[in-house]
Amino acid sequence: MSTTDTTLPQPDEIDPVVLANRRAKGKRPNFLDDPATERVLSIAMAVAGELAVARERIDTLERVLIQQGVMPADAIEAFAPDAEAQAARNQWGREYIARVLRMLEQDVQAMSGPQDPALEQVIAELRDASR
Amino acid sequence: MSRSDAPQPSWRQLGQHAVFPQATHDEVARFDFLMRLNMHLSQAVLPGVKLAYETRVKPAFVAAHGREPADRHEVRRAMQKDLHYQLWSALRRNTMEQRQQAGRSVVYRQLGALRDAADKINDGAATLKLDPAIRSPRYATAVDIHCMPGNYHTEEVPRDIGAGANYDAGLFITTAGALGSYSDGGGQALVDWLKQNRPDFKPRRILDIGCTIGHNAVPLAQAFPDAQVVALDTATPVLRYGHARARSLGVHNIEFRQASGEAVPAADGEFDLVTTAMFWHETSSTAMPRIMKEIHRVLKPGGLTLHLEQPQYANMAPFEAFMRDWDTYNNNEPFWTAMHEVDLDALLVNSGFPRGAYFETTMQAKVDRRLFPAPTGTEAGSQEDYGRTPRWTAFGAQKPQEARA
Repeated sequence: MSTTDTTLPQPDEIDPVVLANRRAKGKRPNFLDDPATERVLSIAMAVAGELAVARERIDTLERVLIQQGVMPADAIEAFAPDAEAQAARNQWGREYIARVLRMLEQDVQAMSGPQDPALEQVIAELRDASR
Repeated sequence: MSRSDAPQPSWRQLGQHAVFPQATHDEVARFDFLMRLNMHLSQAVLPGVKLAYETRVKPAFVAAHGREPADRHEVRRAMQKDLHYQLWSALRRNTMEQRQQAGRSVVYRQLGALRDAADKINDGAATLKLDPAIRSPRYATAVDIHCMPGNYHTEEVPRDIGAGANYDAGLFITTAGALGSYSDGGGQALVDWLKQNRPDFKPRRILDIGCTIGHNAVPLAQAFPDAQVVALDTATPVLRYGHARARSLGVHNIEFRQASGEAVPAADGEFDLVTTAMFWHETSSTAMPRIMKEIHRVLKPGGLTLHLEQPQYANMAPFEAFMRDWDTYNNNEPFWTAMHEVDLDALLVNSGFPRGAYFETTMQAKVDRRLFPAPTGTEAGSQEDYGRTPRWTAFGAQKPQEARA
């Protein structure tokens, strides 16, 4: 329990959005012939995921409101967010976009700092004894 | 064939403990989406990879070469040009990355609270032994294993446990719940095998090497409550998390210790049982014999060593070996391919076990009825998916009663 590294930030000083999008060290393979298509696929799947999340939340909401009999027919159309609600929406929006565009951010990370060696090189290094 | 309407578990059914991350409604929905996406890829898209091989890739190879592909590397080079394989691989890789992103976004927003909960359990505990002199070996830092950013060892804050929390939260997603509500199916399989095949075996001292969050050491400790378990890893975030996790689950007979399996901090003959679970493929050719020699050294005469792994490639059809090799090239498991060619029998003999001591068996995770209430079996595992569901090959050896000179 004694390994206290004072150079590390405390939990209230870290940025969870940046940390969530950290790329995994190691050269990323390209599967599709066109790297751009690969990125579009990645973005599309993230959007698909967020649509599923949103759909589930709406489903929950509707069921709760119906169960409790509390939703007037015009409640959604009549709603206008106050400042607090708008700030919460802004924060959510930042996380949302970071999640959807993660792959491009990780491309930037891959181009920053030391470059990953070819994975074949690591495979050979870990396979071949006495290095 | 699996039924498309088979019941699917939800992340919210997972077992809770003091350091398990809490997820909001939407975070649970995101985890469940990724779990369903994994199941869909495995059940609906993956079968097409074999079809593509059989119907177009292999025939084209035969037409060009006058023979079938001779090994998994020839299959891989041919398959890499196939669109269906490309799409399945791209989706599989991306789903792994999405799973990491989702887990990390849940963990790091609540890292302070999780660390406080871990500190409360870990502070002053004699059963958590960290050693600042221990460095993570090259094989645990060369790349981020299974696309887990920062691997098991990276600390973002002092006394970090984030890597452990993220790992624990995400095992459900990649295995679609097949490891059970505490993701301990591997450890439970080891226990079941011991109870069935060594019913009189009552180990007093158990060593688990490469324990990460202790999810497979916990069932061993629970099955042998009179035993003392020592769980080793080189990475501090998972050791801190694993210790707090085990304590919170009421398991007090595990010591979590920062040490390498290449230099086990124990006297000769100290352990009755030495285990690993899905560990060897995350080491190296240099480390494997060192670790196995250490296992032989710390085993008591008459002691048993038992290891859960995926099957070796020897005598495996090239296509199946190619599929099982996917993680090597596409999921940051760089030693996977070499490890699965190692002659394990020879490894044990060279480590001091007698010829003929090596044995091999298969194990399967039990279905957790808390996640899969319907009595219809393991839906996720009812179709060949090349190691994605928990069916393992296990190997081991018993050290002779009289230690050899």
